[in-house]
Amino acid sequence: MTDQLHEILGTLKKNKMRTTLTGLSVSWGIFILIVLLGAGNGLRNGVMRNFSSRAVNRISLWPGTTSMPHKGLKSERNLHFTESEVELIRNELEESRLITARSNTSQTISYGSEYGSYQVRGVMPNYFDIENLIIAPEDGRFINQLDMKETNKVIVLDKKVADLLFKDESPLGKQVKVGQIMFKVVGVNTKKEQWGGSNTYIPFTTAQAIFNPNRKFYQITFTVDGLVTKEENDRFNESLRTLMGQRLNFNPEDKQALWIYNAQSDYVETMKIFSVITFIVALIGILTLIAGIVSVSNIMLVSVKERTREIGIRKAIGATPASILKTIILESIIITTIFGYIGLMMGIGLTETINFFMEQAANAQAVSDEPQMSIFTNPTVEVGYALFATIILIISGVIAGYLPARKAVKVKPIEAMRQE
Amino acid sequence: MIKIRQLHKSYRTEALSLHVLKGVDLEIGSGEYVSIMGASGSGKSTLLNILGILDTYDSGEYFLNGTLIKNLSETQAALYRNEMIGFVFQSFNLINFKNALENVALPLYYKKVGRKKRNIIALEHLDRMGLKDWAHHMPNELSGGQKQRVAIARALISDPKIILADEPTGALDSKTTVEVMEVLTDLNREGITTIIVTHEPSVADATHRIIHLKDGMIEYETRKDNGVHVATHPQKPRMA
Repeated sequence: MTDQLHEILGTLKKNKMRTTLTGLSVSWGIFILIVLLGAGNGLRNGVMRNFSSRAVNRISLWPGTTSMPHKGLKSERNLHFTESEVELIRNELEESRLITARSNTSQTISYGSEYGSYQVRGVMPNYFDIENLIIAPEDGRFINQLDMKETNKVIVLDKKVADLLFKDESPLGKQVKVGQIMFKVVGVNTKKEQWGGSNTYIPFTTAQAIFNPNRKFYQITFTVDGLVTKEENDRFNESLRTLMGQRLNFNPEDKQALWIYNAQSDYVETMKIFSVITFIVALIGILTLIAGIVSVSNIMLVSVKERTREIGIRKAIGATPASILKTIILESIIITTIFGYIGLMMGIGLTETINFFMEQAANAQAVSDEPQMSIFTNPTVEVGYALFATIILIISGVIAGYLPARKAVKVKPIEAMRQE
Repeated sequence: MIKIRQLHKSYRTEALSLHVLKGVDLEIGSGEYVSIMGASGSGKSTLLNILGILDTYDSGEYFLNGTLIKNLSETQAALYRNEMIGFVFQSFNLINFKNALENVALPLYYKKVGRKKRNIIALEHLDRMGLKDWAHHMPNELSGGQKQRVAIARALISDPKIILADEPTGALDSKTTVEVMEVLTDLNREGITTIIVTHEPSVADATHRIIHLKDGMIEYETRKDNGVHVATHPQKPRMA
């Protein structure tokens, strides 16, 4: 075996130009395949990350204004939620899991001589998991059930707010003034919100009691389980509309009475698009690779023709058909594998370089505190692909070499040696 | 060593069928020194190719060292060629991107002899041909006579029973022709059956037996007697 490799490598080395030209097409094919797969992955990773910054299976509801009369009630009624709708969703929709009501007021928050105007969100403990907030152990805690029950005057600040109010001081346990009322800071959220992130969070019950005397609020968000396909999600949206229509007295057909944002169905749609993109990218890459294989095969064929005499001589001095077949196919495999790896390395090199610069750019952005919105993240190909590529290359080599090898086997020594 | 009975061979193309060998009977004993002569188209090269298992025949029988050579698979044919026969060609047929040593060693590669061992053996054979100093030269750096001696070394390396030479001096000048013939005569003296196809009388004269082919049949034979060739058994042409 090593002897055979030696023999083949000897032949390849003596014909450097031909070998290189043959191999380059494979390098190019693999290079394109890797770069395309990398680009596809980058796009997918980027969008996936934007998705996964919040729970994917999240549904938000906002009451609207009715546009149709319903059961004797006139249109143009402004709707709102009350706490009983939260219970309704929790109890009536078996797919619902985590649920939170959300009220919003804008308040001036001050600490010492520092103050600013911020969103104060009245939320339930589940909000933390639904929005994937980040509170490290040393940064305190989020609002809990006890806070809800006792309408505690506690507040969780976004990092940006905490930094502005407290500078270098630790905000935990300190009292801040929200409007006219003192709240105790219990936690700091370090997750950067998509749209800036200078929110504060207080228990929903406290918010209702202090800032919302009429008890009305305008957003409910909850997560669902077991909804996978777009059809399931659409059906769920319909049943949600019907349920809320019965409770709030509006026509379920009245799209303006209730606004539903179903992240899951967006997600499903996006994933579908990505499957298509990945498929197309892989297809283009594979076609490029096939073009490479065909050109290797073609050049091998020419090379076999050029070497008819040599093959004839080898046969005359005792080369068996099997050994000729093996030699040509092995030659083909060696060419595709070596040059394939060159292409692989160049492809990985390029994607990693792009990734490196993109990460640097992302870090620079992090310092400047911009929201991280990138649709291109980590455009690289996993190392596992290398093994896969090796197998592909060897198979390619066999395919590329087979036809030329058959031709070589058919060479008749007398005719071959007669050629001058 | 070689026994041929009623050998027929035709080359068929779509348009015509060319009857090249029309019933050749021939027996060549072990250690004989034979040349085959004839005009071009007389079938002498075809006969040699059949003897060398490079070509097949249509009918008749060919026994090589007691084995019937007929309908062999290519693999078997390759094996017999490798084991039994050494070829020497008019155009040398060296592989031009391999140096002299590698060319000589090649048959042993197909005999699965290790690289080191076969290079040692190849160098011995080159040394015997007086070409030790040229071992690492490429064929295009060698003269015609040197190339042919490399080719002979390659033919000898697998210890063949028979040397088949197809116009071995056809591409050489008269001086190197003599050199190469001396080498072939020496080999025959060591007991290797040697068969040379040639149209040069001086070459044929060096051998002990001359078979004259004409139109695909043996016209007559001469044998060397006291250094002079005398015709023996002029064969009656048979009807094909």
